[in-house]
Amino acid sequence: MKKVHVTTTVNGDPVEFLADPRETLLDCLRNHLDLTGTKEGCGTGDCGACSVTLDGTLVCSCLVLGVEAEGKKVETIEGMASEGELHPLQRQFIEHAALQCGFCTPGILVAAKSLLEQNPDPSESEIRFWLAGNLCRCTGYDKIVRAVQDAAAEMRGAA
Amino acid sequence: MAKDEITKGYKLVGTRPNRPDGLDKVTGRARYGADFSLPGMLWAAVVRSPHAHAKIKRIDATKALALDGVKAVVTRADLPTGLEGEDLNLQENTLAGEKALYDGHAVAAVAATSALLAQDAARLIEVEYEVIPHVTDVDAAMQPGAPVIREGAADYSVPEGMHPNVVRHMEFGHGDVVAGFAAADIVREETYKTEATHQGYIEPHACVGQMGEDGRGEMWVCTQGHWYIRRMCAAVLGIEAANLRVTPSEIGGGFGGKTTIFMEPLALALSKKAGGRPVKLVMSRAEVLRATGPTASASMDVKIGMKKDGTVTAGQVMFRMQGGAFVGMSPIGEALPCAFACYDIPALKHEAVEVLTNRPKAAAYRAPGSPMAAFAVESLMDEMCRELGLDPIDVRLKNAAKEGSKSSYGPVYNRIGLVETLEAAKAHPNYAIPLGPNQGRGVASGFWFNHGGETSVSLAIGEDGTVQVSIGTPDIGGSRASIALMTAETLGIPYENVRVNVVETGALGVNEPTHGSRATFASGKAAVEAARQAIKEMCRRAAAEWEIEPEAVEWKDGAAQPAGPNAGKFPPMTIAEIGAKMGGTGGPISGHHETNAGGVGASFGTHVVDVEVDPETGRTTVLRYLVVQDAGTAIHPAYVEGQYQGGAAQGIGWALNEEYVYGADGRLQNTVFLDYRIPVASDLPMIDTVIVEVPNPGHPYGVRGVGETGITPPLPALAGAVAAAAGVRLRSLPMSPPKVLAAIKAARQA
Repeated sequence: MKKVHVTTTVNGDPVEFLADPRETLLDCLRNHLDLTGTKEGCGTGDCGACSVTLDGTLVCSCLVLGVEAEGKKVETIEGMASEGELHPLQRQFIEHAALQCGFCTPGILVAAKSLLEQNPDPSESEIRFWLAGNLCRCTGYDKIVRAVQDAAAEMRGAA
Repeated sequence: MAKDEITKGYKLVGTRPNRPDGLDKVTGRARYGADFSLPGMLWAAVVRSPHAHAKIKRIDATKALALDGVKAVVTRADLPTGLEGEDLNLQENTLAGEKALYDGHAVAAVAATSALLAQDAARLIEVEYEVIPHVTDVDAAMQPGAPVIREGAADYSVPEGMHPNVVRHMEFGHGDVVAGFAAADIVREETYKTEATHQGYIEPHACVGQMGEDGRGEMWVCTQGHWYIRRMCAAVLGIEAANLRVTPSEIGGGFGGKTTIFMEPLALALSKKAGGRPVKLVMSRAEVLRATGPTASASMDVKIGMKKDGTVTAGQVMFRMQGGAFVGMSPIGEALPCAFACYDIPALKHEAVEVLTNRPKAAAYRAPGSPMAAFAVESLMDEMCRELGLDPIDVRLKNAAKEGSKSSYGPVYNRIGLVETLEAAKAHPNYAIPLGPNQGRGVASGFWFNHGGETSVSLAIGEDGTVQVSIGTPDIGGSRASIALMTAETLGIPYENVRVNVVETGALGVNEPTHGSRATFASGKAAVEAARQAIKEMCRRAAAEWEIEPEAVEWKDGAAQPAGPNAGKFPPMTIAEIGAKMGGTGGPISGHHETNAGGVGASFGTHVVDVEVDPETGRTTVLRYLVVQDAGTAIHPAYVEGQYQGGAAQGIGWALNEEYVYGADGRLQNTVFLDYRIPVASDLPMIDTVIVEVPNPGHPYGVRGVGETGITPPLPALAGAVAAAAGVRLRSLPMSPPKVLAAIKAARQA
């Protein structure tokens, strides 16, 4: 199929790529832009490992076509730390041992960041329901929820 | 950093430093199986059987190969013949031969210049099937008239007169069970069933393989054990092991499912056919669920005799397990020894059969066989405790195996910690919380052998006194951190000065995979031995400089020091000083240790769960959950807790929701995570943990291994809790809402 020229912004940087119209945004991020931090766990929007934001909205990038990124702003895990400084969520995840294999971690961090932008003081239940679209098979979620709670508290304190 | 109270006299062991791979994993930099690419790389796709059982009459790849950009197609005809035993099993599972044996069985593979083109080409490969009768249920597969999956596959152990699908039989025991049952006040016998579940690692299988016409190749792959990948690929393809160099990527979960090969030889075979261009092969989730991993399904009869005071007088089990269409894949050899491993019972009889079905080739899944066995035995124990009005922890304490007990499977236990887990569970506040209407509490214990295994570790002192450790067990849950802690503790240097790397097959002797809860135990033990070897050499270098006997030098706080006043007065020579001048004092300093690690310490745990069952919908909500398990010594307590919590979550999924659903056509019905639903964050409460520490005398720091036992008790504990909450005993997993609701309705009508 003839490829489409896509111009978009990823983590603040202008980028261009040629996408087969059947390719997902996830495919394009990983295979055309070498941004492999975003993972594919299912390809059907069930696991959340491919979570990114598109113009600020949390999406599964496996359910978005690459050509749909035209003119939009994409944020991925690679853009989460700013100038060498980890986001509080990233730091709390390390300190809480909130990751084991780490494969779901990028998607969970992107999703949790999106939650805290909308709700800086989520309850445990709100965190659990927000992250219900992000599967983790290693941790049982306990340490993930605690890391998000502590990152939220830290960010509220810093604000 | 804060030290946990539970540690005993160590500086670093028992602390919770940040893991060395944490930064890479929170920034997206860590490279997993599918994150690796090479110049000139091709992409592969696999053609899979849509039938549960079918003869393959013809495969025609003409149309696929006619597409521009399609570089190679492989079928079974491209693989060598004459393999036997498990090698043949592996080859047969890599690509079907005369028959497709299950829905999803690979039939052909194709490599092309893009992933989409490879998928297009796969659809153009024509396969002509002759569909034949199939069977997917373990009990149905043993019935007269059930389709025979492999003629003549049964081994010598199978008694005459059994269906040809019964391929292995096993029995053992001790004592007089007839007398034991006669001595009991009550004897109960029930049948329990568990459905197959999948390990459910979030990272699908992925690899990049490259192999030239000379049969030399390389592979980058997500795996729990790259020497296994090397050996198995070499066997399937008929090449020499040393000619295949395998590098493990970071691994996105395995739980036993990545201890074997599924599609890895295809990448190599395609590469060879495509002139040596590297080939990337990444499974979809549907391929993962249809064609990899799952655990066995089981149908189990249990009989227990108990006195009124809770003393168990005899036990007997008959397990029927299927592990797919391949001989040797059901874990009957593990399930039987696990069945009564928690107890000291005077008379036991164990019997099991392995049965072939048209299902995928089962793989190990966290404590293989133990969760099913525990579901059967611990459920019946619970039923009898309730019948006799006895506290389930008291009954377990009364019958508990302890140091010196002859285990149910033969060996005498050395120091074990089951009793300590039971006492800690009983003392925990969760065990005393009052329950409301429709709520119930369940208790169960669990066991896993733990494992040592083939292990090779190297350690090298750097010119600045920092230390690099090369291990061969991929790190899934933080083992690099725990091995760095033990190495640093032994050397008396900071944790941050030790870097542990998981290295490729060319860098060490053979290592078994990260399986059997062995990585921190076995690689850790070998790393400590390697560090001791390096210490000896560093003391020798110091002694030479001081011109005293090496025996007069001791190692303390990261430095060589005179062993006593008679040795002479010299200032400590630090590891950094020794490292800086080692080039002039005899050359590089390293340590190396290889072993088939003995000294394994058995693992026991006890779980307490409270649930609420909605009588209108049958839905079970887990209110609170407690894991108590003996770690031996918790090297990095945060990752020990993580193993406990993760194991419990998988067990909860198995108990309440997860199952392989086969249609009447023998095809898997739930091939995506939406339908094969593992626990999500909103399904679970916080999971409380208590780390019991009864040090294993067979490890320098007392490690037992903590990975597996945690998945075992949740199945029976939840069945007991649901029974207490809803008044119905489910003896078949999963306890999904429709099944619980049907049981409640049936009980109301009765």
